[in-house]
Amino acid sequence: MGRSLKIVGGDVYDPANGINGAVKEICIQDGKIVESCKGPAEVIDATNLVVMPGGVDIHTHIASPAVNAARAFRPEDHRHEPVPKKPGMRSGVGGTVPSTFATGYLYTKMGYTTVMDAANAPIGVRHTHEELIDIPIVDKGLYILMGNNEFILKYLKAGEMEKIKRYVAWLLKSLKGYGIKLVNPGGVEQWKYGKDVEGLDDRIYYWDVTARQILKALSWVNESLGLPHPIHLHANRLGIPNNYLTTLDTMRTLEGSRLHMAHTQFHSYGGENWGGFCSKAAEVAEYINAHPNITTDIGQVVFGDATTITADGPWQYRLYKLSKNKWYNLDVEVETGCGIVPYTYREKNYVNAIQWAIGLELFLLIRDPWRVFLSTDHPNGGPFIFYPWVIKLLMDKAFRAEMLKRVHKRVLSDTTLPNLDREYTLSEIAIITRAGPARALGLTRKGHLGVGADADITIYPKDSDREQMFEQPIYVLKDGEVVLREGEIVGSRDGKLLFVVPPDVGEMDPEFKTEFENFYTIEYENFPIDAEDIPNREAIPAGASR
Amino acid sequence: MAEAAAVKAVTDAKDVTVVEGVTCPFCGVCCDDLEVHVVDGKIKDVKNACVLGKDTFMHHLEGWAKPTIKGKPATIDECIDAAAEILAKAKYPLIYGLDSTELNAQRKAIELADLIGANIDHTSSVCHAPSLQAVQTVGISSCTVGEVKNRADLVIFWGCNPAEAHPRHASRYSVTAKGLFTTKGKKDRMVINVDVRPTPTTRMADAFIQIKPNSDYEVFSALRALVKGHELSQPEVGGVAVEEWKTLVEKMKSAKFGTLYWGMGLTMTRGKYMNVLALLTLVQELNRFTKFLSAPMRGHGNVVGMAQVLSWQTGYPFAVNMSRGYPRFNPGEYSVADLLANKEVDAALIVAGDAIGNFPAKMAEHLQSIPMIAIDPKESETTKVATVVIPTAQAGIAAGGMLYRMDHIPLVMKKVVDSPYPSDREVLDRIIAKVSAMKNGGKGAPKPAVKGGG
Amino acid sequence: MPEKRFILITGRTTKQGRSVHLGKEAKEYMDEISTLQMNAKDIETLLLQDGDQVRVKSPYGSTVVKFKKGDIPQGLVFIAYGGMINALIGPDTQATGMPNSKGIEVEVERYG
Repeated sequence: MGRSLKIVGGDVYDPANGINGAVKEICIQDGKIVESCKGPAEVIDATNLVVMPGGVDIHTHIASPAVNAARAFRPEDHRHEPVPKKPGMRSGVGGTVPSTFATGYLYTKMGYTTVMDAANAPIGVRHTHEELIDIPIVDKGLYILMGNNEFILKYLKAGEMEKIKRYVAWLLKSLKGYGIKLVNPGGVEQWKYGKDVEGLDDRIYYWDVTARQILKALSWVNESLGLPHPIHLHANRLGIPNNYLTTLDTMRTLEGSRLHMAHTQFHSYGGENWGGFCSKAAEVAEYINAHPNITTDIGQVVFGDATTITADGPWQYRLYKLSKNKWYNLDVEVETGCGIVPYTYREKNYVNAIQWAIGLELFLLIRDPWRVFLSTDHPNGGPFIFYPWVIKLLMDKAFRAEMLKRVHKRVLSDTTLPNLDREYTLSEIAIITRAGPARALGLTRKGHLGVGADADITIYPKDSDREQMFEQPIYVLKDGEVVLREGEIVGSRDGKLLFVVPPDVGEMDPEFKTEFENFYTIEYENFPIDAEDIPNREAIPAGASR
Repeated sequence: MAEAAAVKAVTDAKDVTVVEGVTCPFCGVCCDDLEVHVVDGKIKDVKNACVLGKDTFMHHLEGWAKPTIKGKPATIDECIDAAAEILAKAKYPLIYGLDSTELNAQRKAIELADLIGANIDHTSSVCHAPSLQAVQTVGISSCTVGEVKNRADLVIFWGCNPAEAHPRHASRYSVTAKGLFTTKGKKDRMVINVDVRPTPTTRMADAFIQIKPNSDYEVFSALRALVKGHELSQPEVGGVAVEEWKTLVEKMKSAKFGTLYWGMGLTMTRGKYMNVLALLTLVQELNRFTKFLSAPMRGHGNVVGMAQVLSWQTGYPFAVNMSRGYPRFNPGEYSVADLLANKEVDAALIVAGDAIGNFPAKMAEHLQSIPMIAIDPKESETTKVATVVIPTAQAGIAAGGMLYRMDHIPLVMKKVVDSPYPSDREVLDRIIAKVSAMKNGGKGAPKPAVKGGG
Repeated sequence: MPEKRFILITGRTTKQGRSVHLGKEAKEYMDEISTLQMNAKDIETLLLQDGDQVRVKSPYGSTVVKFKKGDIPQGLVFIAYGGMINALIGPDTQATGMPNSKGIEVEVERYG
């Protein structure tokens, strides 16, 4: 390293530091942003270009045993999108579930430099790290599924909160995870005998606890460990008509505590049944607007092919029966489940069209951009490569009007989208795609261009077609090195794993080894992952408990 | 007894190391509770393993391969140079084997395939590839083995023989294992065996249904009809009375948590992936009535790991062709059997697998007629006829690394003893460097763009 | 003669799995992979005596192996995975990648 670099003449959008399009010089030394360069610096002329921090994806599915199962069982998804090898770059495939190398290249080509994989069964995390090693350029982290973990259910049943805290800290520490993920808390455990939960107070078979208790317990644990990111929640009843009532109930349950609601689009549905399916985005947005403890990503639907991959086993079974597509299910001992169903969102299908509209309604109705983030819940709502298209929908009302003419007409009657005039500004886009998610993740060196930040920077052309603008960055810098120039990757390199170091809250009880080996099928000592097995990594310390 | 002698040696010798929590590299059960006793750098005893696992460790010094070029002794360096030369010159090479090695070696083999535009396939192709094809067609309702241990009250073994192929599956996971809701082990489970012949697995089953060879597809289709409540007009299916099938259907529907394991009895017989497809559909449909899951009895060695890393790097689990500079997938065209039977490949690299020993004669014939490199710790039919033989440290014994259990759970293999030979990973890495250098006109190998894990 | 026709099943056995570690030249391994198992009634029908060898013929080739009585249904014969079955298996995979390795129609007769 030891390199100095200056980006001059560009319109800088750095909302975290209050900079909104001002022409400003950015100095980089040894991969970090500095006040001024010490010696002679290489210069990138960004005149008439837009400079932003590298994008941060707070919720995506790019690496895990589930993602890889989806890759392997969807050859038809890849065959039309080959990614040829190039000097310094490996070959691969695109599609809704791209291969690992292609995933790194595709995120980079969109100007994203940090991505978080949103769902990992603990016993599969060793696998996820191996995949992440093979995703080049971007930094990445992973959340660990805990909402149906039988140890947590067992301790919760016994009312042993401190034990849950120690267990969660042990999981994060052993697996090098970044945060706590809950998927359909309690419901996936019910799925192990073919059932689900209907509401937050259903008692879960054998463990005799409720989703509400799980939510409260893990939220308390998260805050008392002082983790940088709040609990990351895929709420109960995803995808089901009238689920907005559960969504509101869930948010009320955790009133006053930090909470990240994942892919809220899939949780803002009204109607007694599929025939009456309608939008309740306004109700959900209103609640979020009034409660600053909540952040959310949307899970925007994109028309075309998707692959639905989730730990929400019972939902995937419903989707298999609804869609009659092929269905992959893998229940994971002690921990969670996993379901995969290919799906195609169609403009003329009223449910799909309303889903599409609900995502946009939420984006446009949630007033504080610092609390709403861009995601397609890749690849559940559609592939991440469509983020620029979503940005155009948010920034360009005329484009939305065009789309409204194409999609099923029930969008006009059953959603508020036709009445929404708001257009996102460039600064707001910079917030929902980088500054906001970085802040919600507690990643203090990401998502901004202030002194001390990682020099992950994207330089876009000024194009009035916002889709083209965000699809074709002129430069992408990662840790101060140019990795993309004029749309081509020029310097593929390894990205880092970002993992949290929880505070020391005490060891697991001595009898835990026996309990572990009674329920699991591997040795207790073989469960933790050595940090040395992950060649490029950065520990993020947990803060003070809240 | 050799065993008694080994125990005595442990107590007498000074330099004794007991390595605990060792993962066995032999089969897909991947027992990770082995205790390996090493005395003066040699394995003297192995505890907790089955006979197959124990022999894997105890006999690891026997039948070692030696470095040779065209049958003549050579150094490892010379062998690596010769191998690189063959691969750099080849127009349509094949990389194959890769079951009995660790993840990073498999990773390197794919990198090499990408570099030289090779076909890359692995042992799955001739064991459970039809199962993978069936999953690609209809999906699968499945679970990890721990779910079976904790919950299953009905376990069906169909066309598989775990008693001989996966010896500890029954005690660790599926028959006598005690778990959360199966506290009484075998007493809490009904075990049914369906096969064309009785096997040692039959002895641990409560019921045995003997069907005619090559009738599985028909039987699964009949079962699907019965599950849906249809009547069948014929008195028997697959040589078994319909009444008996009705009894089986009742058992399946009334189970709380049913599991069906299948083996190569389905994948290697007439119908192949269609047999498995019918099975998978039956199991999926049973979920309308109760919880029902299924899984292939996979795994010689780390064959599951190879399918995993090939899937994440190329998008496809086997039969991948890189000749156009990007991965393409076509079983029946890029599968090892067809590439050899059609005499398409002009050079081959066989890693950690005995191709010649296991292939139909016509395939082996072509393999012997082209330049072939064998990377293997042990002598085999393949090393006997290979143009270049590169012996390596045996993965899971003399080289560490990752492997995958049959249910895709990743585990770590420990290095328990040293070997005079390099690991598979190291040999492949050196071949890559050499081939890169040759392709760059001798200007030296570029640094790999993306490093594998440490 | 129709009574010579059998269905060949191949598969793993514990002995084959164990002895392979001794090396593929080892006697234990060779014994295991070159022994055909057959139902007692079929042995009678073929008039086989202890110590006889049998020739197994498929449409693709033939091989000569030892035989022994096995717990196997009439009409089926079994040989453990290994080099001896390779001659009997055809290269056609019906575009699946998998040769027919089990359930193969063969003829078995006394050899020599």
